[in-house]
Amino acid sequence: MSIAAAQKRSFGAVLWDYLTTVDHKKIAHLYLIGGGFFFLLGGLEAMIIRIQLIKPENDFVSAGFYNEVFTMHGTTMIFLAAMPLLLGLMNAAVPLQIGARDVAFPFLNSLGFWLFMFGGLLLNMSWFFGGAPDAGWTSYVPVSTTSPGHGVDFYVMGLQIAGAGTLIGGINFLVTIINMRAPGMTFMRMPLFSWTTFITSVLILFAFPALTVGLFLLMFDRMFGTAFFDVSLGGNTIIWQHLFWIFGHPEVYILILPTFGIFSDVFSTFSKKRLFGYTAMVFATILIAFLGFMVWAHHMFTVGLGPVANSLFAIATMAIAVPTGIKIFNWLATMWGGSITINTTMLWSLGFIPTFTIGGMTGVMVASVVADYQYHDTYFVVAHFHYVIVGGTVFGIMAGLHHWWPKMFGRILNETMGKLTFWTFFIGFHLTFFIQHFLGLMGMPRRYWVFLENQGLDLGNLISTIGAFFMAFGVIVFMINVVYSAVKGEKAGADPWDGRTLEWTIASPPPFYNFKQTPLVRGLDPLWIEKTEGKGKMTPAEPLGDIHMPNPTFLPFMMSLGLFVAGFGFIYQVNYDWAYGLLFGGMAITLVCMLLRSLKDDHGYHIPKEELEGKAK
Amino acid sequence: MKGWMGKIRAVFLLGLTALVLSACGRENLTALDPKGYGAQKSFDLIILSTVVMLFVLAAVMVVYTIVLIKYRKKKGQEDYIPKQVEGNKTLETIWTIIPIILLLIIAVPTVTATFDLADTSGSDDHMNIQVTGNQYWWHFNYEGQEIQTSQDMYIPVGEKVYLNMKSADVTHSFWLPTVTGKMDVNPDNENTMYIEAYEEGVYWGKCAEFCGPAHSLMDFKVIAVSQDEFDQWVADMQNVDPDAEPDSAVAQDGKALFEENNCMGCHAIGSSPVQVGPNLTDFGNRSKLAGTEEMNKENLVQWIMDPESMKPGNKMTGNYPEVSKDEAGKIAEYLLQLKPSEITPESAKD
Repeated sequence: MSIAAAQKRSFGAVLWDYLTTVDHKKIAHLYLIGGGFFFLLGGLEAMIIRIQLIKPENDFVSAGFYNEVFTMHGTTMIFLAAMPLLLGLMNAAVPLQIGARDVAFPFLNSLGFWLFMFGGLLLNMSWFFGGAPDAGWTSYVPVSTTSPGHGVDFYVMGLQIAGAGTLIGGINFLVTIINMRAPGMTFMRMPLFSWTTFITSVLILFAFPALTVGLFLLMFDRMFGTAFFDVSLGGNTIIWQHLFWIFGHPEVYILILPTFGIFSDVFSTFSKKRLFGYTAMVFATILIAFLGFMVWAHHMFTVGLGPVANSLFAIATMAIAVPTGIKIFNWLATMWGGSITINTTMLWSLGFIPTFTIGGMTGVMVASVVADYQYHDTYFVVAHFHYVIVGGTVFGIMAGLHHWWPKMFGRILNETMGKLTFWTFFIGFHLTFFIQHFLGLMGMPRRYWVFLENQGLDLGNLISTIGAFFMAFGVIVFMINVVYSAVKGEKAGADPWDGRTLEWTIASPPPFYNFKQTPLVRGLDPLWIEKTEGKGKMTPAEPLGDIHMPNPTFLPFMMSLGLFVAGFGFIYQVNYDWAYGLLFGGMAITLVCMLLRSLKDDHGYHIPKEELEGKAK
Repeated sequence: MKGWMGKIRAVFLLGLTALVLSACGRENLTALDPKGYGAQKSFDLIILSTVVMLFVLAAVMVVYTIVLIKYRKKKGQEDYIPKQVEGNKTLETIWTIIPIILLLIIAVPTVTATFDLADTSGSDDHMNIQVTGNQYWWHFNYEGQEIQTSQDMYIPVGEKVYLNMKSADVTHSFWLPTVTGKMDVNPDNENTMYIEAYEEGVYWGKCAEFCGPAHSLMDFKVIAVSQDEFDQWVADMQNVDPDAEPDSAVAQDGKALFEENNCMGCHAIGSSPVQVGPNLTDFGNRSKLAGTEEMNKENLVQWIMDPESMKPGNKMTGNYPEVSKDEAGKIAEYLLQLKPSEITPESAKD
């Protein structure tokens, strides 16, 4: 194994390695590649939106195509870019942070990724098969149930498959974090990123089933003639909105909590201080997650639920500002009195604070029901959620990428290009979205394909589009940076940032078994403790012994491929009988793979102690 | 001390108001220059919550700036190890309690206003209009008054008008920013809200809930006129004879063509209830064609010949026999003379 790794391998061998890998570090790479690809696609869609809105009554794209583009922009960014990129960072960092050799279920980890990837591909296949979904990322019925063509069917099947992958990923991290922490790593000694991954996984576990149910109902209405949402047959359209947001609101926290963890680790590392108010940070995270499930109807203030429901959901929503505020001030206090290094990672984290504070502010403003009667479904809301999702999630992902890039790839991203990316993106972002608060209040509803002349909306939209070009430029520079660092990047040592947590105790990139001997954890920021006590490295918690490793497997890829094929079958059985072939054929592939997995014993293999000793030299 | 705080607040509020008003958009479309009951309630809360939240932002930014200036790593400090502080109960309690108080300042008036605007118990004593959302136009039925209009809704200024809203197809949202906030128009149930315009004027309304390809073109107008003018308008509308022959010969031909092509299968003139297409009783007085286009013969001819080019996804396309440009011109001539009242959007400018 070690000899093979040292040699230059053929492209085919590398590809096969990635298709069959169950190593969390390689799955992290896959998530970054997949999520990155969809991020670029979603960004391209964003640029089409902004170019269309550069001037009043523009005819750059048609109304139908525009609806597809904004639907796919939202769906892609949330489900196929932000979440997978976060799952990528989790896979890269969490097992290392808690001192584990892998996740609890390596096979499921791979299955989760391939389900996401094939779900995302299925969804995007709609572009080539007569039109993408065009009912918005929320797919409100009856617009979605009555949408002609198969666009919405691709939405239903694609998200169902990708969602199953996310659910599997979430469960995997729950079990990993509960069961596989190194000796001495109690819950209250866990780095914040591991904590927020844990809480996020709980959110995934409870939120995604609501989406699954909603998607099934929509699927049955569209494909099998049921009438869950058909008012004329006794159905109810509001039910969809409830189901969607019971999933959809926690989803917002699924996107933001992991980056809260990233920022916590980053601020403490680059201020050379332990996190201020660690316990409060943990409980604030739990509280935000809990309240996240209690506030879904604030997306529905204008539905007509009545003043009692509206008031209760308004107050519950405002309450979330309290734990979030605690976090912001604790981060500031972490830096207070510290010795702050400002590099690209820190720039993204520092840029996050004012941006996210503004997003949080407007969040409270939107929670004020009667004020929301004006904001709702306008560009004010578009501005608000981009401030939290871009200002929180995207900034967090960028901070996380720059932070863990050396650990993942053994090379440091270029600082000059990193700073150029940050500044252009940051300035472009505020240019694009700040003005949208005003556009919304000046009468611009969201999801408008054109805005009319002579309504006072021209200048704001023009500025917004100019900002979008700045952001696009920033992203391009980042891509150049990635390629540059792969070719000429500075090699990273085990601990390039003077880190505090376990991932910085092993080589960059880490050996495939992570820790030769599991480390003994003696407190919060274990590496920092060893450094301050003059040892600089971890004490092992066990004698050197054989390491048990899982075998690579092609089954997860095939299982997901089967569902991908079956997805087409479900969609087209409405029109063509031959599609049943795809439906049953695809399901058969998946089921046979599942059977193989169940019947064939796979005990993995051991790395003998002697080999590990040999490597130590 | 108190006077000093007051002064700062006054200057701050004035500055904010100036900022908001200088860029507040078109005066009959913006939510930032309210001219009606609901919009005023919303605006008050927008300002209140903005002020409270800017206070929070200021607090964050002050600490942030100090941190960035004071605690950056300086030259020669490479080996400096700051004190590892665990936390501070007092500080953390302070930044838990202050936000709670600030939120209460917003929450209490929010709840009051929510209940106020949801109180529709007075609907029996006021005018009621049944609003129906359709892809992609609005229908207004003046309950008990035998008046049906589409796209343009006339109301008396300074009076509460109750809107009972339901959708004929998908979910829409009725939004009249300058007069009131929005409310969804669902196919499931009837939602009721009341509006009151403080000033005469033509207010621009929009559909705010995504409803299909022409969502962004689903505009309507609410025309607030004086009570006398409104009474006149009601009388005129009630006296409409849908079968009246137009004056000019061209328009008479147009009327014949209108009937021949079975336009009445979808549209109505007079007080017939909601149909597949908009009611055309006061078509000639409408401020805009199809809600968004300029009202002139040229546009109308284009609309009749190819509605798809002006409103993608509408239900008129392909549902009537093809008409020549000449025929369309005659129909247009007929429709444009449907002006049952002297009260027009022009009347709303006092």
